[in-house]
Amino acid sequence: MAISLNWINDYVDVKNEDKVDLANKITASGINIEKVTTTKIDNLVVGEVIECTNHPDSDHLHVCMVNVGSETLQIVCGASNVRTGIKVIVALPKAKLPDGDKLFEIKKSVIRGVESNGMLCALFELGLEEKTEENYSKGICELDKNAPVGVNALDYLNVSDTTYELDLNPNRTDCNNHIPFAYEVAAVLKKQVTMPDISFKELDEKIDNQVSLDVTTPNVYMYNLMIAKDVKIKESPDFIKHRLEVAGVRSINNVVDISNYVMLEYGQPLHFFDKDVVGDKIVVRMAKDGEVITTLDKEERDLIKDDILITDGDTPLCVAGVMGGLNSGITDKTKNILIESAMFNPYNIRYTSIRLGLRSEASLRFEKPLNYEYCLLALKRACHLLEKYADAKIVKGSLSYDKVDKTPKVIKVTLKDFNSILGMKVTNNDVKETLTNLGFDYQENNDNYEVIVPNRRQDIYPQKEDIIEEVGRLMGYDNIEPTLPLIRTKKGEYRSNIKFRKIISKRMRSLGFNEIRTYTLISEGDSQKYIYNFNKPIKLLKPMLKERSVIRQSLLNSLMEVVNYNLSKKNKDIYLYEIANVYSEKDNEFFEDTKLAFAMTGKYLFNTWNSLNYTTDFYLIKGVIENLLEFLGLNNRYSLTLSGNLPKEIHPKINCEIIVDGKSIGYFGKLHPNVSKEDVYICEMSLSALFEHKTSDVKYIELNKYPTIEKDVAFVLDKSVLAESLVKDIKSYGGKLLTNIKIFDIYTGDKIDDSKKSIAYNLTFEDKTRTLTEEEVMEIFNKIIDNICTKYNASIRDK
Amino acid sequence: MFNDEINKIKKELEIAFNDIDTKEKLDILKQEYMGKNGSITELNSKIKIIPNEEKKSFGMAVNELKAIFNENYERISKSLEEKLINEKLNKDAIDVSLPGVHIEIGSAHPIERIIESLENLLMSMGYDVVEGPEVEKDLYNFELLNLPKGHPARDAQDTFYLKGDEYLLRSQTSPVQVREMLRCKGVEPIRIICPGKTYRRDEDDATHSHQFTQMEGLLVDENITLGDLKGTFEAVAKMLFGEARKTRFRPSFYPFTEPSVEMDISCFNCNGKGCNICKGTGWITVGGAGMVNPIVLKNCGYDPDKWNGFAFGFGIERLAMLKYGINDIRTFYVNHDIRTLKEFDRREY
Repeated sequence: MAISLNWINDYVDVKNEDKVDLANKITASGINIEKVTTTKIDNLVVGEVIECTNHPDSDHLHVCMVNVGSETLQIVCGASNVRTGIKVIVALPKAKLPDGDKLFEIKKSVIRGVESNGMLCALFELGLEEKTEENYSKGICELDKNAPVGVNALDYLNVSDTTYELDLNPNRTDCNNHIPFAYEVAAVLKKQVTMPDISFKELDEKIDNQVSLDVTTPNVYMYNLMIAKDVKIKESPDFIKHRLEVAGVRSINNVVDISNYVMLEYGQPLHFFDKDVVGDKIVVRMAKDGEVITTLDKEERDLIKDDILITDGDTPLCVAGVMGGLNSGITDKTKNILIESAMFNPYNIRYTSIRLGLRSEASLRFEKPLNYEYCLLALKRACHLLEKYADAKIVKGSLSYDKVDKTPKVIKVTLKDFNSILGMKVTNNDVKETLTNLGFDYQENNDNYEVIVPNRRQDIYPQKEDIIEEVGRLMGYDNIEPTLPLIRTKKGEYRSNIKFRKIISKRMRSLGFNEIRTYTLISEGDSQKYIYNFNKPIKLLKPMLKERSVIRQSLLNSLMEVVNYNLSKKNKDIYLYEIANVYSEKDNEFFEDTKLAFAMTGKYLFNTWNSLNYTTDFYLIKGVIENLLEFLGLNNRYSLTLSGNLPKEIHPKINCEIIVDGKSIGYFGKLHPNVSKEDVYICEMSLSALFEHKTSDVKYIELNKYPTIEKDVAFVLDKSVLAESLVKDIKSYGGKLLTNIKIFDIYTGDKIDDSKKSIAYNLTFEDKTRTLTEEEVMEIFNKIIDNICTKYNASIRDK
Repeated sequence: MFNDEINKIKKELEIAFNDIDTKEKLDILKQEYMGKNGSITELNSKIKIIPNEEKKSFGMAVNELKAIFNENYERISKSLEEKLINEKLNKDAIDVSLPGVHIEIGSAHPIERIIESLENLLMSMGYDVVEGPEVEKDLYNFELLNLPKGHPARDAQDTFYLKGDEYLLRSQTSPVQVREMLRCKGVEPIRIICPGKTYRRDEDDATHSHQFTQMEGLLVDENITLGDLKGTFEAVAKMLFGEARKTRFRPSFYPFTEPSVEMDISCFNCNGKGCNICKGTGWITVGGAGMVNPIVLKNCGYDPDKWNGFAFGFGIERLAMLKYGINDIRTFYVNHDIRTLKEFDRREY
């Protein structure tokens, strides 16, 4: 789809404009031109073959003497249709012909010993026709006998053209059509638009006697019919063919081409019925569920009640705005045409065309609001062209169903509005000149404007901002001075838990973890892994891929994909984390949870040149979690305890649940050997849950002035006893004078029984108000020992 | 006579101190002279046999001798200690040129880096950072933003719907603006930025991603102009891409803003001359913006006769691709090679 400037020149004079410069101006005004292409080819002239003989050394080449006006040249030509007396297109040396995306330069050459000073061309060699088997076999292009020798061949063919490829904003797709685009050109160039000729002769016979119209649905806004009789179906004239080609529409025959041509002029799609097939009645109604029509492309289509249908009162003829029926369309034998020019509810057309998978140039136009004025003009323009190029005779009058509200949009705006919203100096002169250039009618009184929006600008909403934008875009936004808002100063803040999340993120990084981002959408299968306090998963209604069909509740699948990817790349020391929201359904409501997941494997602290290193193990990941929780101020409020209820992907004996203030917020541990052969440790916790556990600000506490007393003890007890539970008991027996308990040794081996282990504790006693005596400490210490030994059936080592 | 003896010791000491080269020898010397039976100590006992009139001068001479001894002792003792320490230091020597113990720096994802630098700038200009849910209501993602059902503009952003069209994975971060306007009930001015994940039905390739990141900003106040938007954008552009950047607005269209603009910066690669990064135009589009459409203000409870404002939006991946020279948007989401991640472990902003 492109705009032809030859075509535009019919409506606004652009003949002497620099086309690239013009494109830049139009783009700056908001109609984005992506590519400018000029088809003019220099050194390409009309010539006459005045002599044609066979090549002495070839059975298919010819040696021609060609008059090109200024001189006569010898040119070797291989085409079968070359002969004395015909007029041809001659590419002289230095002519540059299109060759794919590049250009191919013609040079003097010697072909099998004979000098050749140019090339005789076929249209496809000039990019004016498709390069097909058929076009190739036609040989070189034969011009009319009267073609003037020596003039530029493309000028003679009237196909020297510049085309603009557009990248339009969705509100201005009307500019894909030549008349609306011409208005933009006119506004930029400060010129007037001349509308095309819509005149034609009418027969005496009246349309009322030949067809009746009945519209039974409010989804039709306007429906007009005219009849063109006795059409002669033939090839279109060259200018129509070339213009359709530029627009990317295939030429079929003169009649079909005219309906497309008019659409490309006004943006109003037309539909041509074979009048003799249709009969004498048109009824426009909503389709019934289950109704069937066979469309032009020979497909049987099932319809639903939201489709608008054109019928002959009985049989469906056409899916309105989308595609005609197989039987009622134009054929080579068509004599009489019923011309439809209509406006439908855009939503119906949009849904029908999407549902049927039939989005055409016509349906795309029907999806946008159309201009009722053009609906009528396009009908007349088609009659004009049919009369001129298909010898049609136009039946008098038209049938018209019309429910369009024609109240013009009037927008009130003041001069001050322009200045205060655009933030640039705008004068009454500026506003008036720009509105005039845009072709908008207005009245001005004391800086107060009443602007009447032309119907062709369906994109404009009746509010002052829309007019301000029109004036602004044409005056140019480069005139706007950059300023900053004059409003109260205040400090920006992170709301809700964003700052908390950032603090944790930064902490993870300072602990050496690298941040990753992975996809929210995962496969159904993956959504069943790492199940931990899961709710009902949220699935997409229409996923694009099975791999991306469910919203994840755990980040660990994606995290492990990245870990495995790195392991496969022989990256062995891996520390990764991700913070992301997960979503699920809970009690019929969507539930959001911000999660932190991290994974670690390989060496943590290491030296490249000796064996000094710390390889990731359970106690390292536990240390990371302790570091994090204590950094957040949760000392003494959390516990990390072995759990039997973790996902099956986690090692059942090397894991902990993270409990804060008695509530579980997540877990960590080693991956189950079934999941990974490597020693990978992972953690996932809910930051949303963690955020709920508020901590107080730092408050200074003076250190104890009185001396502390330390005691060491090693218990020998059953291997299954957890060090943590012992600590709890020691604490409770020790009372408030026991202020710190440290494990300083774990021993299993020769010196004690196989089923036993030894855990050594260092206990600190202190009182902030006085110096403790050895005797009172020993009394507590012995009480602890006695109680522990009794409770755990333990003994004291080395005693 | 006594003087002879004192002078003799003095001379002996001079020689003896010169021979000392270890702490042990020094200690022996001290024993010999200052110990219980040392020669200097013994002089003290001779005071008894000294005639009275000479006692004073004898005492002074002995004291002087002691002082000389101590002074020398201290000096040599100190120099021996220094020697000892120096020997130890020399023995301590290691190859300091060997690499240090590896301590991982930890890197921020490039998307996070861009977001944080934008946040830092805009927070300093008074914008709060606000987030909203990724699972969003159609009402907030489309309806109230002047995109009613069936609106053709929904074409461009084909959306992942959930559960009967009422809910969706948000296709833009604009619903956060809607939520903020509704929260402020049409009476408070607003200045927020909302970074976050967004989703569209795009097939993943080098330039498309079904998941991507936006940051939108919204300012609602009184007497705000397009010039204010331009100034704000200029600050962002210069912060991200350098002081030399020029900025430009091009007319555009968004249903939620009117007028709408595309925000361009002069190409940082060629400085506007034209290159393959700016596709020969000298300009690079980095975001969209405009004055908040009065329809949207009204929909969200703000009286457009009193309030107005602007909104802007950036695609964070696009900014990161431009800033870091990344060609494939998938780099941000799949196959995170840790070596690539580590390229982003340098000081942030």
